[in-house]
Amino acid sequence: MTVVAALLTLVCVLGAAFSPWLSPQDPFNPAALDLNLAFKPPAWVEGGDPAFALGTDNQGRDILSTIMHGARLSLGIGIAAVLLSLVLGVSLGLIAGYYGGSIDAVIMRVADVQLSFPAILIALLIDGVARVALGGDRHEEIAIPVLVLSIGFAGWVQFARTVRGSTMVERNKEYVQAARVTGRRPLAILLRHVLPNVMGPVLVLATIHIATAIITEATLSFLGVGVPPTQPSLGTLIRVGNEFLYSGEWWITVFPGAALIILVLSVNLLGDWLRDALNPKLR
Amino acid sequence: MPLLRLEAVSRDFDVSRPWLNRVIEREPRRILRAVDRVDLEVEKGETLALVGESGCGKSTVARLIVGLYAPSEGRIAFHGRRMQMIFQDPYASLNPRWRVRDIVAEPIVILGLQEKPSIRRRVSDLLVQVGLSADDGEKYPHEFSGGQRQRISIARALAGEPDLLLCDEPTSALDVSVQAQILNLMTDLQRRLSLTYVFISHNLAVVSQVADRVGVMYLGRVVELGNASSLFAHPRHPYTRMLLDAVPDLQMSGKPRTPVAGEVPNPLEPPPGCVFHPRCPHANERCRVERPAVIDSVACHAVEEGRI
Amino acid sequence: MILEVQDLRVEFPSRRGTLVALDAVSFGIKPGEVLGVVGESGAGKSMTGLAVIGLLERPGRIAGGEVRLEGRRIDNLPHEEMRKVRGRKIGVVFQDPLTSLNPLYTIGQQLVETITTHLPLTRNQGRERAISLLKEVGIPGAEARLHHYPHQFSGGMRQRVVIALAIAAEPALIIADEPTTALDVSIQAQIIALLKRLAQTRGTAVMLITHDMGVIAETSHRVAVMYAGRIVEVGPVRDVIHAPRHPYTVGLMGSIPRIASRKTRLVQIDGAMPRLNAIPRGCAFNPRCPKRFERCFADRPDLLPAGTSEAACWLHAPAAA
Repeated sequence: MTVVAALLTLVCVLGAAFSPWLSPQDPFNPAALDLNLAFKPPAWVEGGDPAFALGTDNQGRDILSTIMHGARLSLGIGIAAVLLSLVLGVSLGLIAGYYGGSIDAVIMRVADVQLSFPAILIALLIDGVARVALGGDRHEEIAIPVLVLSIGFAGWVQFARTVRGSTMVERNKEYVQAARVTGRRPLAILLRHVLPNVMGPVLVLATIHIATAIITEATLSFLGVGVPPTQPSLGTLIRVGNEFLYSGEWWITVFPGAALIILVLSVNLLGDWLRDALNPKLR
Repeated sequence: MPLLRLEAVSRDFDVSRPWLNRVIEREPRRILRAVDRVDLEVEKGETLALVGESGCGKSTVARLIVGLYAPSEGRIAFHGRRMQMIFQDPYASLNPRWRVRDIVAEPIVILGLQEKPSIRRRVSDLLVQVGLSADDGEKYPHEFSGGQRQRISIARALAGEPDLLLCDEPTSALDVSVQAQILNLMTDLQRRLSLTYVFISHNLAVVSQVADRVGVMYLGRVVELGNASSLFAHPRHPYTRMLLDAVPDLQMSGKPRTPVAGEVPNPLEPPPGCVFHPRCPHANERCRVERPAVIDSVACHAVEEGRI
Repeated sequence: MILEVQDLRVEFPSRRGTLVALDAVSFGIKPGEVLGVVGESGAGKSMTGLAVIGLLERPGRIAGGEVRLEGRRIDNLPHEEMRKVRGRKIGVVFQDPLTSLNPLYTIGQQLVETITTHLPLTRNQGRERAISLLKEVGIPGAEARLHHYPHQFSGGMRQRVVIALAIAAEPALIIADEPTTALDVSIQAQIIALLKRLAQTRGTAVMLITHDMGVIAETSHRVAVMYAGRIVEVGPVRDVIHAPRHPYTVGLMGSIPRIASRKTRLVQIDGAMPRLNAIPRGCAFNPRCPKRFERCFADRPDLLPAGTSEAACWLHAPAAA
């Protein structure tokens, strides 16, 4: 079961990662698009063209190629954002859990305050500030890094909380005390003793967060404040397709939607497999 | 000169409610005195045991000695080079994600006791010394039983080449026959490596088999301290007598046992005077008011006054 | 006989084959008698208790033998029937008093609920009975303490409450699984005395499961020693302790520390109890036994008469062999 999931994920990730070389068409190049080819249905439907296996959208982009490129973009942003959340959250969680006292109190209060805002709002806030500060053109260039930063900063709290709880349990265990007796420094204890034992739930959390990050990015793109329109992600595609859903061109939304679901599902399954694979007790 | 000396050592823990609760509910700070003016000496090569029931402070004393806690009052003087500690829970004493050879090698690496090429060899020697095999270094802790894990803990402690070894209930979580193996191992090692032990336990029978001197603790205080054989043959403090009486009698001699009265009081509100007086059959007015001083290694008014 | 267990066999089907957790376990307990079941971790003593009360965790199951309570077979009862028997006829005392009581209800509520479920009494009568039970187990100020929650009691007091709950419905059998292990030595002595007194005054049969031989010496009339899922020796307590017949019991008694006059070396049995999936052929103790011979590797011994006790050891085979 898990092997199937792992294979599926591998296919998705590789397809997404190597899309510039694998996809039939480059959807991000406005010059290569031909409006005459717009609204072509999938190849197996009457009126379809075998060159465009899943049809084309309103601007003549091949849906299959756009899904591959869009998935690459979504995946890239999702992973980068979650890496940021992870590093930030795990570090703060370790420190809060190990030292306790006022350090713990401060970090947790900041976390509590941030939790009272929805993540989308925070991402919007950071993104909006960047837009204003940098002006329109500059913003287009670095839209994606800003997006990564905003989703990343919005998501550290859950990592910190989980790691803090586990850290508080582990630091009272005798093997940590033994290391302290021998004279190991706190930082070394945190990194070499505590961290390996609290990482399990973090990995699963990370994969869930990648899924959430992808959806957050899709939402922001859907709202028009995410990725630039010339580089559509899965979210943009879904938004574009939404307008045409009821006029009959169903393929523009359905296929990117299905792709999003498959992507998110395989990421989650991969996380489960990873956590089990890294547990020495199950070897 | 004794290897280790504790002078009037105390340790307090602040167990007050969080600041906000205290302010709103107008509660005072609550301080728990886990160790109360303890004096101890340990000579090189001997085994000093600390016995008492849960909450008496013996584990806290061990952690004070080894440096995991700092004393709130008093002085601890150690005239050796290094200390190590063995803990009670064999399942939490070893990092489940590390291989055994790394666990045992850690003190060697941190303390810089060996050159890198010879560390592997030293770890194998240590594993054999505690009754395991050199191949066991490749395995993870979960592949071993409780008794074997304690052996690994002992190997790790020995890797630190300590002069003093603190043992906090090292066999309490083990089966009786495994306990016998581990206790025999520890006695052999002590003789071979000239180790000094401070042995913490609640089990008087175990202590009588391994200790040279014994200190009996109650609510943070040492109530009696003395040579093991004379303490067990002629216990002086009423609490020591009560403890010995409470040990189930395997000899089944049928001797009548005075049932123990009451339970250990709340350490946050210790009784005034002698902390044992509510349960003591020999308590008088003075006991209720005045804390007994340690005279001739016993802290008891009745003993001092010759009443028992 | 209140409890009769004959040839009990408990198996755990697993991916790698069937594990036999209990094998040919047979014993009986009379009214007013305390039978101690002693053994080290993994010997199967708790499993025996669970099998008797029908609380084996899946996939474990009783694969053979019989359990009779007051003459009636209980090992093959449907769940609903067994549930009624469990509360009314068998009382259980577990090791951890903290988790044996529901923290959200007062002990009065828990006692009255148990009493009125199993006995035809009104709530008021149940309340009266609860008070007298608390007095019987030695809780001072019983009437006031009915309204207290479990966390307001100390460990020893809580265990007394658990015992009160166990005897509330006037059971014929009490099964106590490590009832004093989590308690301090001085409290242990009090609880031991209580159990013994209850057995005598009420005529209840008691199955006392523990790893602590000292506790058994103080409470039990007879003792069964378990090893790797089998009973290896059973007999009057005095005889088993002072004149053990099975080499394992001999080793066990030797390794128990007693108050000694000076530092001594304990007798140790080398090796460890075999795991369930690695039980040796023949007598399960043969890898560690100092007295083994050829037959021990070939055949598994049943309990054979050995003086006043019985021991599962070929050393006691009739001389004709």
